[in-house]
Amino acid sequence: MSEMIREDGRKYNELRPIKIEAGVLERADGSAYLEVGGNKILVAVYGPRESYIRRLLEPNTGVIRCRYNMAPFSVDDRKRPGPDRRSSEISKITADALRPALMLENYPRSMVDIYIEVIEAEGGTRCAGITAASVALVDAGVPMKDIVVGCAAGKVNDQVVLDLSEVEDKEGQADVPIAIMPRTGEITLLQSDGDLTEEEFQQAIDLAMEGCMKVSELQKEALMKKYSTE
Amino acid sequence: MIYVEDKNLVIPGQILADDEYYPGRGTFKEDGKICSSLIGLVSLRNKKIRVIPLKSKYVPKKGDVVIGKINDVRFSMWDVDINSPYSGILPAFEVFGRDKKELNKVYDVGDVLFLRVIDVDEVKKAKLGLKGRGLGKFKGGIIVEISPTKVPRLIGKKGSMINMIKNKTNCKIVVGQNGLVWVKGNEDMEQLTREIIRTIEVEAHTSGLTNKIKNKLCLAIDGELPAEETEEEFVLEKPKLQNFKEELEQEEKAEAEAKLKAEQEENEAEDETEGAEVEAEDEKETEDKPNFYAVIEELKKKNQNKKDKNLSYSDNSKNNSFILNNR
Repeated sequence: MSEMIREDGRKYNELRPIKIEAGVLERADGSAYLEVGGNKILVAVYGPRESYIRRLLEPNTGVIRCRYNMAPFSVDDRKRPGPDRRSSEISKITADALRPALMLENYPRSMVDIYIEVIEAEGGTRCAGITAASVALVDAGVPMKDIVVGCAAGKVNDQVVLDLSEVEDKEGQADVPIAIMPRTGEITLLQSDGDLTEEEFQQAIDLAMEGCMKVSELQKEALMKKYSTE
Repeated sequence: MIYVEDKNLVIPGQILADDEYYPGRGTFKEDGKICSSLIGLVSLRNKKIRVIPLKSKYVPKKGDVVIGKINDVRFSMWDVDINSPYSGILPAFEVFGRDKKELNKVYDVGDVLFLRVIDVDEVKKAKLGLKGRGLGKFKGGIIVEISPTKVPRLIGKKGSMINMIKNKTNCKIVVGQNGLVWVKGNEDMEQLTREIIRTIEVEAHTSGLTNKIKNKLCLAIDGELPAEETEEEFVLEKPKLQNFKEELEQEEKAEAEAKLKAEQEENEAEDETEGAEVEAEDEKETEDKPNFYAVIEELKKKNQNKKDKNLSYSDNSKNNSFILNNR
């Protein structure tokens, strides 16, 4: 059963091919480019910087603001540009998933801006966005406790599988994206969409955790590669 | 137990050492382990672990000298952009004392100043001042931006790096601790200096950088005025001179005209041999205002006698006394 091959030829616990690159943009303080399967995501980080939106600032710590945006050409049917229900949600959960890792106590009344641009989408963009955003944050030199990493698991054809593609996401029975801090294993994001038994849910989380650890290694590799050779 | 070595590259969340070490800047302690909070290089001193960041933002600190740009002129103060998440304020009081003058007549939006941070409050707002030697407004020149963490590298041990660049390019350079660098000199040299500073920023964490930069500087400048070939010329010219002298001895009773010619030639030859290094400098000096260079030269001599601890400061005194003179 668990040796079953999926539609795109992967095993149940196999990730799509991933490519991460840090520091790709000249003008941003930090940036990252990430490809997972058919996803292409570019993240820019600015800050900590002064913000003119005074009401958002905190007197004892820095704050982060996140914008997730899908390009109109990123999906098969043209997406109407501009924020919508879905992108507002993802913006919020991304900021919440990254926040616990950041140490902004030394930057009170400042703001870190994260811009996630989805150039091409093929399922699992929120996890990919979080993964890329934390690489960009490290690249920007923002103090962090850990590099947050996101990965999804789900249920397709009554089988718990790792890293759903777009087809699996649409036709599958459930999708559980999570984000963790890999050093401690703390979960910073946990969503669940679809029907899962308690046992399956536990399986999905274990599987996603495992996936996160693999992606985390790639994140570290990308950062080391960017700065060690120079 | 320690897991890393000095000067290793580490990333946030990486475990550096166990409890018996002390956590310094760029690290934090969790569950009896010391972890890095930044991407940077490990610095180990007496059981104290620090991480020196590759990139960072400038956070104002009392006593720092910074370069700032006037952003806004208000009723009794200037808003200054100091290349930091926190803006600086320059109260009018700091400039005129109790006198009341129109602020925008003194410093207007866009002016670049060299300032000292006199105080930083709880919310990190920096109060700036102009009291102190060499502080004031810059005239002309260009601003080069680098990461504030690379400032010590740019200055070098006892100012070795910055002084070398200054001497080679003949530019005046002022380094602010907020990562802004002011450069003024010959236009080509300004551009060259900018490139050199950029190179230093990119290669800040490599060893033997001072020599590397020295070579690069020599190559770039001698491309314009071939000064590196002077050593060969030196060797070639000397025997010629001797020849002249020998000839002179031989033709002691030769015609007066011939003698004069020979002397002239000798003089020329001497000029050539003496001054490979001086030549280059002299040429430049004549290009610019000689008056002003004389002042700088004098100050340079004065400065060489002094041994200030922080050389970035001593630089400033040089430049700014120039500014004062211009006023």
